[in-house]
Amino acid sequence: MIIGKSVTRVDALDKVTGRSKYTDDLCEKNALVAKIYHSTKANGVVTSIDTSEAEKIPGVVKIVTCFDVPKIYFPTAGHPWSTDPSHQDVADRLLLTDRVRFCGDDVAAVIAENEIAAKQAIAALKVEYEEYPFVLDVQEAMADGAPCLHEKYPGNVLGHSSIRKGNLEEAIKEPGLIKVDQWYDTPVVQHCHIENHICFASMENGKISVVSSTQIPHIVRRVVGQALGIPWGSVRIIKPYIGGGFGNKQDALYEPLCAYLSKVVGGRLVKLDVTREETFVSNRTRHAIRSHIISWVRPDGTFAARKLECFSNQGAYASHGHGIAAKGMNAFPQLYPCENIECDAYTVFTNMPVAGAMRGYGIPQAMFPVESQTDDIALAIGMDPVEFRRKNLMPVGYVDGFSKNENYYDTFNQCLEKGKAYIDFDRKRKEYENQTGPVRKGVGCSVFWYNTAVWPISLESASCRMVLNQDGSVQVQLAETEIGQGADTAFAQMTAATLGIPFEMVHVISCQDTDITPFGTGSYASRQTYVGGFAIKQTALLLKERILKYAYELTRMPSFNLDIKDGKIVRTTDGRELMTLGELSTEALYSLSHSEHLTSESTYQIKSNAYSFGCCFAEVEVDIPMCKVKLVNIINVHDCGQLINPALAEAQVHGGMSMGIGYALSEQLLIDAKTGKTLNDNLLDYKLSTTMDHPHLEAQFVENYEPTSAFGTKSLGEPPACPVAPAIRNAILNATGVSMYQIPMTSQALFKRFKEEELF
Amino acid sequence: MYDMKALYEANTVEEAVKLRMEHPEAQIIAGGSDVLIQMREGKRAGKELISIYMIDEMRGVKLDEEEAIRIGSLTSFSHITKDPIIQEYINVLGEAVDMVGGPQIRNIATIGGNTCNGVTSADSASTLFAWDAVIELTGPEGIRRIPISDFYIKAGTVDIKEGELQTAVIIPKNSYEGYKGHYIKYANRNAMDIATTGCSVNVKLSEDKKTIEDIRIAFGVAGPIPMRTKSAELLAKGQPVSKELAEAFGKEILEDINPRDSWRASKDFRKHIAVEMATRCFIESVKLSGGEI
Repeated sequence: MIIGKSVTRVDALDKVTGRSKYTDDLCEKNALVAKIYHSTKANGVVTSIDTSEAEKIPGVVKIVTCFDVPKIYFPTAGHPWSTDPSHQDVADRLLLTDRVRFCGDDVAAVIAENEIAAKQAIAALKVEYEEYPFVLDVQEAMADGAPCLHEKYPGNVLGHSSIRKGNLEEAIKEPGLIKVDQWYDTPVVQHCHIENHICFASMENGKISVVSSTQIPHIVRRVVGQALGIPWGSVRIIKPYIGGGFGNKQDALYEPLCAYLSKVVGGRLVKLDVTREETFVSNRTRHAIRSHIISWVRPDGTFAARKLECFSNQGAYASHGHGIAAKGMNAFPQLYPCENIECDAYTVFTNMPVAGAMRGYGIPQAMFPVESQTDDIALAIGMDPVEFRRKNLMPVGYVDGFSKNENYYDTFNQCLEKGKAYIDFDRKRKEYENQTGPVRKGVGCSVFWYNTAVWPISLESASCRMVLNQDGSVQVQLAETEIGQGADTAFAQMTAATLGIPFEMVHVISCQDTDITPFGTGSYASRQTYVGGFAIKQTALLLKERILKYAYELTRMPSFNLDIKDGKIVRTTDGRELMTLGELSTEALYSLSHSEHLTSESTYQIKSNAYSFGCCFAEVEVDIPMCKVKLVNIINVHDCGQLINPALAEAQVHGGMSMGIGYALSEQLLIDAKTGKTLNDNLLDYKLSTTMDHPHLEAQFVENYEPTSAFGTKSLGEPPACPVAPAIRNAILNATGVSMYQIPMTSQALFKRFKEEELF
Repeated sequence: MYDMKALYEANTVEEAVKLRMEHPEAQIIAGGSDVLIQMREGKRAGKELISIYMIDEMRGVKLDEEEAIRIGSLTSFSHITKDPIIQEYINVLGEAVDMVGGPQIRNIATIGGNTCNGVTSADSASTLFAWDAVIELTGPEGIRRIPISDFYIKAGTVDIKEGELQTAVIIPKNSYEGYKGHYIKYANRNAMDIATTGCSVNVKLSEDKKTIEDIRIAFGVAGPIPMRTKSAELLAKGQPVSKELAEAFGKEILEDINPRDSWRASKDFRKHIAVEMATRCFIESVKLSGGEI
């Protein structure tokens, strides 16, 4: 059985030998080069741009400023479009803007014959501003008299949603309750995919083509059409291999501007290659979310009432907007159900770089406060943190009223068991009880809540096309993109399993071209194997039906007594191999009596979603005088349903754990409070964790077959990044007795807390 | 694509000096791991470069006739770490430069470039300060040798005169004979990082290993340029080895260091860890020298 087998990735050899073509490899070397002038002011209006010096620079072809572009506002979020205007994404971006809202906003662009001329011209632009006061902090942005970023949003609140359940006021009157009340902060971080965003555009036959490093070609096509005010069908987006996305490329980034720049130079080829500095500042980031949680707990370890307020820093433009904070808030009452709950989530504009989608979509930001407080409560009531979790976690059989997601299995306990056993949790908790030296050890854990796709919040559909070749092999096309996660390989395995042909006979067409590829919304959430699986199964069964119908003509055997096994037409009644699929296909294509091109194509609309749960256990060694945390051991345990490819699943978990480790200990985009400028827009000063900062990353699984799924599978893309930071935080608490209330837990942050707690 | 006006290549020290005289505005480039980054950032954009990278006579480690350790300025960090002379006499330097960046950087970056860049965070610099290294410069007038503490003038500025280039870093025999040392790089990551603070200590113990006969300590990022903290040296010199001495030595460095408050780290924090680093480097150096603590 090909499902569940760790076959080698379909793109492995090409990628490790350097044969795979990425966007820059595909761009003709004579392309014009575009560079962007970014705002140096955090808030204000551009009053004038003097281009005269820049225009004199040899090689400069064209300078386009915010005063030249059409005033068409467009949304950038990589969401499926909604035909209901009230559910459409906020259209607040211009190709270039005179009303600048953060340091890094896009003001002007230069097109030149080479990069140096373009850079020199950018430096030679003389831009004058009328400066406004700016605001970086969420609470300050919500305060009276704060600078307003968008006229349509006085008070700067982009979104506010609430949950009310039971009666909190009454519930907290119960005598004997223990109140745990704390604020928690998560930082702005960036995706740091290896390949920066890059795209190039040109025009032919009245159509604009953009080759782009994106996760979402069909969505980008729509956004380019909207931004330029041209029919969507006159835009063609091509997505080759990409060097990671993690949600940053689930936005239309510079495809609209690049398309526009090509248009203004008569459709000539224009390349826009974004630097690392621009990636940090002018692409998208992860929302920093500040959470306030108050829990009223009974001495027996049950919740009487809980209150959550979270404040999400959107930065200057809406992008994915309130969906991130809302998702985190919605997880809260589901993970630990409680009778009396009050939740409020706010998403607030500030003059910070723009926050968008990033792996976990609000859940890493929610799990840090929620799971930190879980340990703080356990400590306050003197309970073992795992036992406290077991007592309160979502029970088996729980059904969420909105998504209809059901917790079918005892997943949490199964995952916790595995994690505990690996890290030797109980023994170590005992061993680390009364440490006194300068270096102390600790173990901690965290669970997480996740779901797989976006149903019922937005459209969930996938389309697939399969074409049978002469030799019985098939091409498979989907709009769900390969972004490094191994989607193409999983899709090939699913196709081979459903059609009954060897894995090697499946050719997944990796590149999406919106002129050719069936419609779909691309790679985001943790939905590829789940969503793609439905379309693959349906389309493969359709093709199989056609093949067996044709086989009837050749074999005179009824289709219902035929099957395809290992690439052969087999008579099921006695198991005899009647012919190979290749023989059938060759005959079908070249038959002088009945020639037929055997293909299938279909759309499957998914109206389900699936929970995906798990946990992380971490062990740390804290050098107190040096304010240093050494992560010595870590494990993630996931129930993502049936594994399609265990080796790829493990790799996916490793990547997410690495992202979680950086989130916990080192990563943070710092903005200067005096100027609004990003201080560390490079990989030296932004402390992305390295392999030297990781211990062995252990990934284990509980494989409970997901009943709603075409292949028993559910999400694994984002979940691994969700539980890591609080597990490390709780391990530090176990080692030192010090609760940390913000990440990253850098040496500087530990120094401050250790000093407050008088550890030295 | 680099915004480079011209590139001149020298194959000998003599050629390099000549090129320096002909193009006084040009920037010397060795491995390029600092210069090219600065050029990309625009700081040295549009400049002429004189590449000295092909001058093989400036590469390698040897003992000269006076048994001083002579490290050619173009010697790469990975070369220094693996060099048997370094490993035998001044292993701490090999350890210190092995903490620079990642493997690719250590293969291209040179010790000459690291010191000529004039930055306080250079991983080689504090150890070279602690070992009383001598900098050799070659110019139209011939060879000039100065103590490393004189070579550093201020942040980003070193004493290289017109027509000169740095040709070697020398550790005299009396600086290393009988000494053992330890370096701690304090950074936010275990690789690919710049030092928040660096501390290098070396000691010479009495024959019975019970007394500090001599001790030297230097810091990076405790001031605008690498620096010795002589008050601590004075305090420990001639004293019997003990844990208390290690702690007193650590605290004494506060008399001399003057770290900055910045978004990278606060002054308080830098001071706190500097004391701890000095104490730990002291203990480790004593242990390496055969002492007990």
